[in-house]
Amino acid sequence: MSGLAAGIRLAHFDQRVCILERHYTIGGLNSFYRLGGRDYDVGLHAMTNFASKGTKKGPLAKLIRQLRFRWEDFKLAEQVGSSIRFPDVSLDFDNDFGLLEQEVAEKFPSQIDGFRSLCAALLDYSDMDGDDASFMHSAREVMANHITDPLLIEMLLCPLMWYGNAREDDMDFGQFSIMFRACYLEGFGRPFKGVRVILKNLVRKFRGLGGELKLRSGVSRIHVEDGRAVGVVLDDGTELRAKRVLSSAGNVETLRMCDDISEVDVARAGKLSFIESISVLDQLPKNIGFDRTIVFYNDSERFHWKRPEHALCDARTGVICSPNNYIFDADEGQLPDGVIRITTLANHDRWCGLSEDKYRAEKMIQYDAAVESAVRFMPDFRRHVIDTDVFTPKTIRRFTWHDNGAVYGAPDKQLDGTTHLPNLFLCGTDQGFVGIVGAILSGISMANRHCLQP
Amino acid sequence: MTPAEIREEILDILEDISPDDDMENLDDEKSFRDQLELDSMDFLDIVMELRKRHRVQIPEEDYGHLASMNSTVTYLEPKMKDIVKS
Repeated sequence: MSGLAAGIRLAHFDQRVCILERHYTIGGLNSFYRLGGRDYDVGLHAMTNFASKGTKKGPLAKLIRQLRFRWEDFKLAEQVGSSIRFPDVSLDFDNDFGLLEQEVAEKFPSQIDGFRSLCAALLDYSDMDGDDASFMHSAREVMANHITDPLLIEMLLCPLMWYGNAREDDMDFGQFSIMFRACYLEGFGRPFKGVRVILKNLVRKFRGLGGELKLRSGVSRIHVEDGRAVGVVLDDGTELRAKRVLSSAGNVETLRMCDDISEVDVARAGKLSFIESISVLDQLPKNIGFDRTIVFYNDSERFHWKRPEHALCDARTGVICSPNNYIFDADEGQLPDGVIRITTLANHDRWCGLSEDKYRAEKMIQYDAAVESAVRFMPDFRRHVIDTDVFTPKTIRRFTWHDNGAVYGAPDKQLDGTTHLPNLFLCGTDQGFVGIVGAILSGISMANRHCLQP
Repeated sequence: MTPAEIREEILDILEDISPDDDMENLDDEKSFRDQLELDSMDFLDIVMELRKRHRVQIPEEDYGHLASMNSTVTYLEPKMKDIVKS
């Protein structure tokens, strides 16, 4: 997605651009697939950074302008409302920030002033180039300067880590600020037909500008001569020459492809990966009493954001999403099926170490475990399930090719996008912003900064 | 191009960058930034569009001249006077 966005910028300004994708479909983590006659999204639960049509400021407005889209191309239905559920306490939020404020004031009356001062201390999007000294501070420490109830800190962190934190346990304050704005201040939306709408628009625009997109064309090597990237070699041996190379493969993954590097520090790759348990229901979730767009749950007072070391999965915390629970326009109607998606933490290496039979069996076992954990925080929907699918860290790796199937890439971001080579740059997850809007903005800003400045 | 034609061209670029804005009420004296909420990325776009459409080069140190419509037209006049409007 970041690659397509960068490609559109460059092709618009008359550069010759070729985008190379290893998979047979586009989108990376934010892709989609069809199974048993039904459409599924890979990454998309919600698009963060919601803004209504005509908004001037903010990431969504910026990307629409920069890519010369119309608001209609990114038409989003707003969320019905989401919740953060911990034992004995729940906070609701939606696209009107007033609701979360009110919820904090009601459930944590002694903390509301601290919550407001934390909001005032958030970094601005304009401070996101990493130059601000507090960008790399610990979000937990900054929060503790404002909020004294540890439970509220855990609850506020839970959705933000789930939707965009590559680091275990803690979060960089800069990343925290980005995610706080994206999720709480701006909110969630969804194109009626899911992520494919956005991908289709990006591809159409890119091709319309003369850009070339090659699928099943994995880059195996970046060819380096005299300290410069001179081109790429594809998996089938074809070599393409280029003046500049932008890579969305990830930091460690990109360096490993360079001819001039024999070893990379794999310890720097991200570790957090997920499994997603998808249930298709015989009716809409709201008919069985579930009206939430997203529920972020955690079954103890302490939120554990870590790769499970000794198990395939950790279902103590998870995200429950219903793509039905958005406010779609009357002429759009409703999605063809009721769907509940549950995301829980998973260990990539353990999943990849399973034999084919065991892998298939474990998908069923871990699906059951995820659903059993989730129904403690929502109505039990199990007798309404008519179809299921599960994707694992192995699937995520196939779509993203990231080490460890790391959903949000490496914990240490390369915010300026530079590498050891003067004409090789990073975009996407490991440059900085995550999520759909984040990926697109990453591509735009790296294209502007490294390939368009006169 | 005459100053009036340059102004038209800039309007066209602004409409391209920001199609939802009504350019009818643009005050030529006032800054684009305040009226249209343009940021540095948008200014880069004005520069890039001028280069794409007319091969006009604007060095980075001159970006400040693009603050308002009047200052932009004044700045561009010598650079664009020999360009024939298509």
